[in-house]
Amino acid sequence: MADRRSETLPIVVFVAPFVIAFSVLFIYPMLNMIELSFTDAPLIGAGQWVGWRNYLRLIEDGLFKDSVVHTGYFVLLTVVPNTLLGLAFAMMVVRLKGWLQSIVLACFFLPYILPSSVVTLLWGWLLDFQFGIAQYLIAWFVGSRVSVFRDANWAMPMVAFVTIWWTNGFNVLLFIAGLRNIPPDLYDAASVDGAGRWRQFRDITWPLIWPVTVLVLTFQLIIQLKIFDQVYLLTQGGPFNSTYVVVQYIYKQAFTLNHGGYGATVSLFLVVMIAALSVLQLQILRTREAR
Amino acid sequence: MRIRLSLVDLLITLVTLAVAATWVFPLYWTVVTTLKPEYEVVAPGIRLVPETPTLASYIYVFVHTIIGQWYVNSLVTASAVTFLVVTLSAGCAYAISQLKFPGRRLLYGVIVASFMVPAPALIVPHFVLMNDFGLINTWGGIILPQLVLILPIVVMVYKQFFDSIPREFREAAVVDGANEFDIFIKIFVPMTWGVTAALAIYTFIATWNNFLWPFLVATSDTTMTVPVGIVQVHDAFGVQYARNLAGAVLAALPVAAAYLIFQRRVTEAIMLSAGIKG
Repeated sequence: MADRRSETLPIVVFVAPFVIAFSVLFIYPMLNMIELSFTDAPLIGAGQWVGWRNYLRLIEDGLFKDSVVHTGYFVLLTVVPNTLLGLAFAMMVVRLKGWLQSIVLACFFLPYILPSSVVTLLWGWLLDFQFGIAQYLIAWFVGSRVSVFRDANWAMPMVAFVTIWWTNGFNVLLFIAGLRNIPPDLYDAASVDGAGRWRQFRDITWPLIWPVTVLVLTFQLIIQLKIFDQVYLLTQGGPFNSTYVVVQYIYKQAFTLNHGGYGATVSLFLVVMIAALSVLQLQILRTREAR
Repeated sequence: MRIRLSLVDLLITLVTLAVAATWVFPLYWTVVTTLKPEYEVVAPGIRLVPETPTLASYIYVFVHTIIGQWYVNSLVTASAVTFLVVTLSAGCAYAISQLKFPGRRLLYGVIVASFMVPAPALIVPHFVLMNDFGLINTWGGIILPQLVLILPIVVMVYKQFFDSIPREFREAAVVDGANEFDIFIKIFVPMTWGVTAALAIYTFIATWNNFLWPFLVATSDTTMTVPVGIVQVHDAFGVQYARNLAGAVLAALPVAAAYLIFQRRVTEAIMLSAGIKG
């Protein structure tokens, strides 16, 4: 009896607080969300069971479909450039030494630790139509100033650009770790054989860093699908809904239009999409560990 | 040949420095702008150093907003999230890693699976839940839902480290008559101190920076966190660039300082959370 207690007590003390918090704050809300998606409930309060109606509505909802397309466009604009730029910056950093390396790394990484609202305020100022310093550059390229977040052609690419500036540091870090794992003697041997920089990159760096590249790509895919802050703070989804994204649509339905049930349905769509991609990512991580 | 190679090296270094300077320039430009008087901010041309440096924008922000209150809100909520995440996760990971109990595998499976649910997808049920608890517009309401965003990954990292502690430590302690609590506090916690520090700093920064949830749940300006508050000011000030940006700099200051001081720990934590051992 005493033995049993000494076995059970620690388990309860260690596990129970976590399990309670996790059940109340994750399991229950998940189940509640699934239930809500079958009702016409407002954000706060009960609603009627409506069966699959919210799901059918999803298929016909024009703004929802637009928001999916815009999110896809944003993902397209960010994922690959952000990954390649991360690799390029990481290669720049690893060949430096000492304090110079620390400073250059800090330059590339600092934006990543800023709050989203700071990043958007900062770029709102740099890209300000009248006084923004980046407008000199834009004017030089296209001939005149552009109110970038009020122009349907410019808005999403600029949101993507700001996002890349903001989140690139994360990729740089992962690539640096990957580059450091490449044995230096491979490069020495290649130099002796007379391989130039480009051949060394093509035949050594690129194939050996590829697993990290895949990891970064999947991370990016998942992170960028969740975009909300930048769009909400820079364009509010405009102009003409051209930057409306999925999370913003959840926000609009649930919090602005008070359609809790339908908002939950859109949320579940996002869960399914990201869960599918996460399974893919875990699979990749497993194969990495297995090697 | 040697000389040509080192010339190319030098060139690459110079390009690196130029790119790094360009990348960080927006930050520099923002800080410089906040130190200029408003008329100088909107003056034509590019002035890289303020002609008449002034702290007027910062003083304005402190006097005309309740940023002090926002700092308290951010500090309290981010600290609470950090403390709760670290203690709950460490305990749970210890049990999963070292103790045998029914449902252990299932529990870990659910934790790993929950990692796949994106935080923004839970805003609706979380808001409903916090409303049921009467926690809308309170510190508790800001803190609780933010726990689940970060708990799973911290449990996974801790478990990995606890798994790697040799069993001899544990067996020796058991021979000496130590119970599970002694083993946890006197062996496992001290041996993973570095990980704890890294995860704590990482959690703090991530929570401090979080926008969407605090923005939804803090409906009055007295409960807002700093990153949410500075955007509200943006509307209230109208077009006063230096003042807006002074707010932004003040919001970024604590996390930027935390990063610069604990640079190694922050990078370590990010690697760990990405599944790469540092």
